[in-house]
Amino acid sequence: MIQVKNLIKVFGTKVAVDDVSFSVEKGEVLGFLGPNGAGKSTTMRMVTGYFRPTSGSVNICGIDMLEEAEQAKQHLGYLPENAPLYSDMTVASFLGFCAELRGLHGAERTRAIDRVLDLCFLDSVRNQSVDTLSKGYRHRTCFAQSIIHDPDVLILDEPTDGLDPNQKHEVRSMIKRMGKDKAIIFSTHILEEVEAACSRAIIIDRGKVVADGTPESLKKLVPGANSLDEVFRSITKSDTAVKKAA
Amino acid sequence: MSNRALQNTLAVFKREFMAYFNSPVFYVIVVIFLLATNGFTFFFSRLLDSDDVSLATRFFVWHPWIYTVLAPAVGMRLWSEEHRLGTIELLMTMPVSPWQAILGKFLAAAVIWLIGLALTFLIVGTVSYLGDPDSGPIISGYVASYLYAMACLAVTSAISAFTRSQVVCFIISVAFCLVIALIGDPGLTQTVVNAVPNGMEGIVRFISYFSFMDHFFEMTKGIFVLRDVLYFVSVIVVALLVTDLGLRSKRA
Repeated sequence: MIQVKNLIKVFGTKVAVDDVSFSVEKGEVLGFLGPNGAGKSTTMRMVTGYFRPTSGSVNICGIDMLEEAEQAKQHLGYLPENAPLYSDMTVASFLGFCAELRGLHGAERTRAIDRVLDLCFLDSVRNQSVDTLSKGYRHRTCFAQSIIHDPDVLILDEPTDGLDPNQKHEVRSMIKRMGKDKAIIFSTHILEEVEAACSRAIIIDRGKVVADGTPESLKKLVPGANSLDEVFRSITKSDTAVKKAA
Repeated sequence: MSNRALQNTLAVFKREFMAYFNSPVFYVIVVIFLLATNGFTFFFSRLLDSDDVSLATRFFVWHPWIYTVLAPAVGMRLWSEEHRLGTIELLMTMPVSPWQAILGKFLAAAVIWLIGLALTFLIVGTVSYLGDPDSGPIISGYVASYLYAMACLAVTSAISAFTRSQVVCFIISVAFCLVIALIGDPGLTQTVVNAVPNGMEGIVRFISYFSFMDHFFEMTKGIFVLRDVLYFVSVIVVALLVTDLGLRSKRA
């Protein structure tokens, strides 16, 4: 359902994403791993049509993102990093606005809002201004926005960032549940999360895919490693390690 | 426009329009606008001391200067705020074309301004009570005033697409509107014409032709010329095209 081919993104002289290709099928949850600045967010922004790739192609549900952006975006739900929200709106009016942009109107719109308020445990704050919400609620409101039209493809940039352990657990199990009939990509720093929720994982380092496989197969990549943590550390070069070598 | 495109534009319009009412911006600007228009008209132009009830030289004449400051204040949030909050990333990954969003937002600010301008109706009541003014110049004066405000607003929209700071957007927009108002000033044009070497007068006059002022005053005199209307409309269209360009460059 998601097909990414030879994606390259260059900012000025810096190559942020260097020839990334992967695909995600229906029923798959793909974990996107990598150190900070590896190009995870940039890749996701190209997949969602926010950034225009320098070269390469993105295909969502058989629709080319560069050729027919609006149709492709219709199949897509996206939670950007830091969960941006319009601070002058209430939770319900924000979700209503997003529903309208997704083409849901009238009774359909009301039903969609009620559904996600319920799914994301936001009922108690539905008429509260977004400005006054705590970080966890803000995050869930933005998450609710991404699933309001029940999309086939879900792209989540650090969906558990800044949540408390209970909320993290809730989001993880929600991703796992929804992963059965959707194609999901989510990025994270937390490696247990990958084992808990993903059917497959990709590790990106310096704009390149350095590993792609099930969490189990990734563990076998590095002989003697018993956790993903060790695998991650040995195949991605951290900035500090590079500095030491130099 | 297809049905869907219309609905998208309307959704953006509604959100932006309500945002003005949910913040003090709208109320502050309308109050200042009304104080400024009435204050200038009654205290500086001394409308009541004269036996002339035409509004062109006492009421509309102040509008360009007021808009130079207030139109950027209304328009500065349009795109800067989206950049600052990061909601631009949400908006641009929705199945909405940039043009639907640009138009929806611009129209929201335009309607806000229509409300502000409509609230100056009391001055029309005053001159109608005191005398018997021609309705033609009043109508064309209002059209000219509104078009002037829209041109400033569109320019501000274009500048706000390039920056995440509302303050930067405001200052650059005010400067831009001020310059484009001043270059049409006949006194200034004459001074510059005298100063430049022979043969350059044409260029100076050509530049001064781009000022909003000439077109504005022609219209407030009651000379409703399609040329002047088209001038303002084309400024608005170009500014909105630049807005699109700005949004693209940010997403490059």
